[in-house]
Amino acid sequence: MLQDKDRIFTNLYGFKSPGLRAAKMRGAWDNTKQLIELGRDGIIDQVKASGLRGRGGAGFPTGLKWSFMPKESDGRPHYLIVNADESEPGTCKDREIMRHDPHLLVEGCLIAGFAMGANTGYIYIRGEFIREREALQAAVDEAYEAKLIGKNNKNGWDFDLYVHHGAGAYICGEETALLESLEGKKGQPRLKPPFPANVGLYGAPSTVNNVESIAVVPTILRRGADWFAGLGRPNNTGTKLFCISGHVETPCNVEEEMGIPFRELIEKHAGGVRGGWDNLKAVIPGGSSVPCLPATMCKDLPMDFDTLRDLKSGLGTAAVIVMDQSTDMIRAIARLAYFYKHESCGQCTPCREGTGWMWRVLERMAVGQAEKREIDMLLDVSYQIEGHTICALGDAAAWPVQGLIRHFRHEIEERIDQYSANPNPDGSMALQAAE
Amino acid sequence: MSDMRTVKIDGVELEVPAHYTILQACEEAGAEVPRFCYHERLSIAGNCRMCLVEVKGGPPKPQASCALGVGDLRPGPEGQPPEIFTKTPMVKKAREGVMEFLLINHPLDCPICDQGGECDLQDQAMAYGIDKNRFAENKRAVEDKYIGPLVKTIMTRCIHCTRCVRFSTEVGGVEDLGLAGRGEDAEITTYLENAMTSELQGNVIDLCPVGALTSRPYAFQARPWELRKTESIDVMDALGSAIRVDARDREVMRIMPRLNEEVNEEWISDKTRFIWDGLRTQRLDRPYVRKNGKLEPATWDEAFAAIAEKIKATTPDRIGAIAGDLCAAEELYAFKDLMSALGVTNVDCRQDGTPLGEKGNRAGYLFNPGIAGINEADAILIVGSNPRLEAPVLNARIRQHWRNNAVQIGLIGEVADLTYDYEHLGAGPESLTELVEGKSKFHALLAKAERPLILIGQGAIARGDGLSVLGHLAKLAADVGATGGDSGWNGFAVLHTAAARVAGLDLCVLPGGEDALGTRGMLSAAGKGELDVVYLLGADELRMKSLGEAFVIYQGSHGDAGAHRADVILPGAAYTEKSGTYVNTEGRAQMTTRAVFPPGDAREDWTILRALSDALGHTLSYNSVDQLRAAMYEAAPHLAAIDQREAGAAGDLEELANAAGRMNSSAFSSTISDFYLTNPIARASAVMAECSALRRGRKLDAAE
Repeated sequence: MLQDKDRIFTNLYGFKSPGLRAAKMRGAWDNTKQLIELGRDGIIDQVKASGLRGRGGAGFPTGLKWSFMPKESDGRPHYLIVNADESEPGTCKDREIMRHDPHLLVEGCLIAGFAMGANTGYIYIRGEFIREREALQAAVDEAYEAKLIGKNNKNGWDFDLYVHHGAGAYICGEETALLESLEGKKGQPRLKPPFPANVGLYGAPSTVNNVESIAVVPTILRRGADWFAGLGRPNNTGTKLFCISGHVETPCNVEEEMGIPFRELIEKHAGGVRGGWDNLKAVIPGGSSVPCLPATMCKDLPMDFDTLRDLKSGLGTAAVIVMDQSTDMIRAIARLAYFYKHESCGQCTPCREGTGWMWRVLERMAVGQAEKREIDMLLDVSYQIEGHTICALGDAAAWPVQGLIRHFRHEIEERIDQYSANPNPDGSMALQAAE
Repeated sequence: MSDMRTVKIDGVELEVPAHYTILQACEEAGAEVPRFCYHERLSIAGNCRMCLVEVKGGPPKPQASCALGVGDLRPGPEGQPPEIFTKTPMVKKAREGVMEFLLINHPLDCPICDQGGECDLQDQAMAYGIDKNRFAENKRAVEDKYIGPLVKTIMTRCIHCTRCVRFSTEVGGVEDLGLAGRGEDAEITTYLENAMTSELQGNVIDLCPVGALTSRPYAFQARPWELRKTESIDVMDALGSAIRVDARDREVMRIMPRLNEEVNEEWISDKTRFIWDGLRTQRLDRPYVRKNGKLEPATWDEAFAAIAEKIKATTPDRIGAIAGDLCAAEELYAFKDLMSALGVTNVDCRQDGTPLGEKGNRAGYLFNPGIAGINEADAILIVGSNPRLEAPVLNARIRQHWRNNAVQIGLIGEVADLTYDYEHLGAGPESLTELVEGKSKFHALLAKAERPLILIGQGAIARGDGLSVLGHLAKLAADVGATGGDSGWNGFAVLHTAAARVAGLDLCVLPGGEDALGTRGMLSAAGKGELDVVYLLGADELRMKSLGEAFVIYQGSHGDAGAHRADVILPGAAYTEKSGTYVNTEGRAQMTTRAVFPPGDAREDWTILRALSDALGHTLSYNSVDQLRAAMYEAAPHLAAIDQREAGAAGDLEELANAAGRMNSSAFSSTISDFYLTNPIARASAVMAECSALRRGRKLDAAE
């Protein structure tokens, strides 16, 4: 379990002021100039050594990502873009950072901007986040006023930071769709390659990072890469914000060590599963887009990227959705399928057509009004979407369905049997108009 | 980085340029890759996902071949060339999957779909799809949109490839079409269902791979397999776009573009495409003779006799002859022959009264850099022209060049939305004088440019001081190095608006001699009663009132201004009904092919002239079109070089430069005020009338 002294987000719950003075007392903006003096390579090496993996879901090593930015500018500016479009159902960690510890993020932006040679940074914040935007903007204004960022600031790296408010589309959390949206266009993902590190915002080299990935960087540099790397497990180092929701006694956000066993996480911080451990049915360990896992696989499950990937699930954004025995799994996944159908941008065929198809089939399956052979068909459709689309939203839409069928096929079959045995339990006939 | 890369496609190794996409490389290797959204002339969208292929060593998922460059592929661990497969089970499964997704919400209405028989989706579903349907839900239905009188929408059929959106934004230069909404509710539409405003919008019909956008006038008219397809040349503007005329029985059913990289690439303007209903209406299908002030049907013999009587009663100097804008070289040649046999010197093929052809030889009236030469120009000056209306396809090329290479463009003349940014240098001769004298900044820009292009519209020269204006422009061209350089670049570019004009000038259908009258002279002479007979060969763009009391012979295909004024009407053939040579604005001789026969008693125009010559006692020496052409090729050998562009000699422009004199101060204005109604055929077309009314802001609503 993570000790209090190792916490990065010491004001996660907003018990103290998010303002600059309070943030400084908590350690933010301490010796930032000295961190900058580490130099570009120095910072990137430190971040690499810390083993920090992107906190936005994919878990790509952050230091490596930064090193893809061109070392020398070819005349084009470099841009840092912070992805604060936190829209994944179940995920609510960046929100807390921006509300209560925004200065960690602002400082992180300056350092990350310096490390990739960017004098301009954009924070693309989710459309629904009104208070978060206000808090963040206040922090940015404070930092400007205190000459911590901006032109000729105290820290020696000219850096302008803009908070851009999105319009509330899940797809704009995809990095290239975010860039399109930021440019004022319709938020539809771009084709890759070229990757943003070559051709990103306004055609210039850009790096898109998650809020949490950026916000932890100053602390890592201050306390040393070894400290961060010493937490967690190899290749899955450091601390992580977990968002625990669903059927637990006290849903919460909590900063924990990577690799903490699932049961410990739930029982220590969330008061345990509602109705006791044996009442656990399934867990979605990393936000709505990763496949769910049944209770039997969850007991001593270390919560980190690699373990969960080996179980054909994923840590994602570490948004742990706990579901107890009262959950109708089919209906739950059907609701997620509706979400992905609703949020599909409609650009490429498999996702545009396939998400609606999956949702409709699942809606029928939720009442049992389906054929058993349709289960395999549904699985096949999900594989026809996965990997065939421009962005990862196709995969994200397919995985929950695959998880459902992988682990809860028996439930779908039972539901179908039930329905076919007694299609009209209340005795009434469903009358349909002749067409 | 070398420019060539070695790739292995389905086991075949080949070298392709590094900028190629995998799709292009596959085509090079002969491997067929299905696609919907990809189009050679549009930006890459990569959204249909039909072109997925397997790339060895890449991520374990299929890749969109249209979007992935060969240069982005990594070689194998020991430097082996990257391998691509288009026939593996993974690719087959991927294609079947995408095809299934495309079809689940596509209606099964092929039997009533106009695209049936030439539908990409139909063909590819046969080739790459599966034969069963697993989709048990209700299909999506989408409301049809009104996007103008030319393009009909059946939006349920749309597969969201966005070719139409990319075309209208990138080539058409109008941001009319867009994809509204998202996910499965995404729909292609114009803003508030306004009509599209492009003159090239018809091309989205060809681009649409399914039957979502079809031709509104052609709706439910014919099936593609019923049509007789004839390759021909368009005469609606002076570009000579390559077209295919599709006919059934005696009627032209539709007109489609053909590929000609040098001229129209694969686009045609809406006038070219939708003119065909004008070919059926207002047709002159028998000769008429005016008796007691009223035109009455007559036989050919009666008509010829009436003409012979008038011509024999007068002297050649009291006869005028004007040729119109749609005439083929054959009839122009016979026309001129007949007139010289009669001793008539008052002959002109320039009914708008330009001074072209008077000085400067061939280089003085051609679009010398060539249409494709626009892509090489590094500065463009447009004088007295609105290319968007005068030659929309050429304008699209300027726009494409501007988009790709940010070429600097200046304009002297009317301000108009040309679909690209330009610097407006002034309205008329004063600004031109400033530019010629080097007082304007744009002069330096032109002078600095290696290949400056000066595009001269008829609006700048179809006026009394036209020759002087032309002279100043030739001088400017020489000053800024647009002509006569070592590179052989000749940037003196006259943009014609009449398809017949260059051939007419090539054949010297011009006033013969010092005292001979041109169009202007003939009109004023006729008004004063100094001309007894005026022969109009398809000339309708004249003020017929000016012809006074003269006896007017009108030979042409449509009952338009000329026919109304005529005393004798000789019914001729339209451009789809004869094989005729046309020389386009850049000097390229091209030949039309007969797709259908002329209606009723109408005849090919050269045969009418030949028959008339007999009746007049001056029999022309040719009895077949081959004999006529042999004679014509002797007079103008370059007309024999079909599809070849014969350039003029840049040195000839010096003579033209000397013609620079005083110019009057009135501003230049384009000669085309209404794009849709520029010739007799267009004025007979109901579709063009509707477009014109819409453009003028008077939308005609059908009662519903």
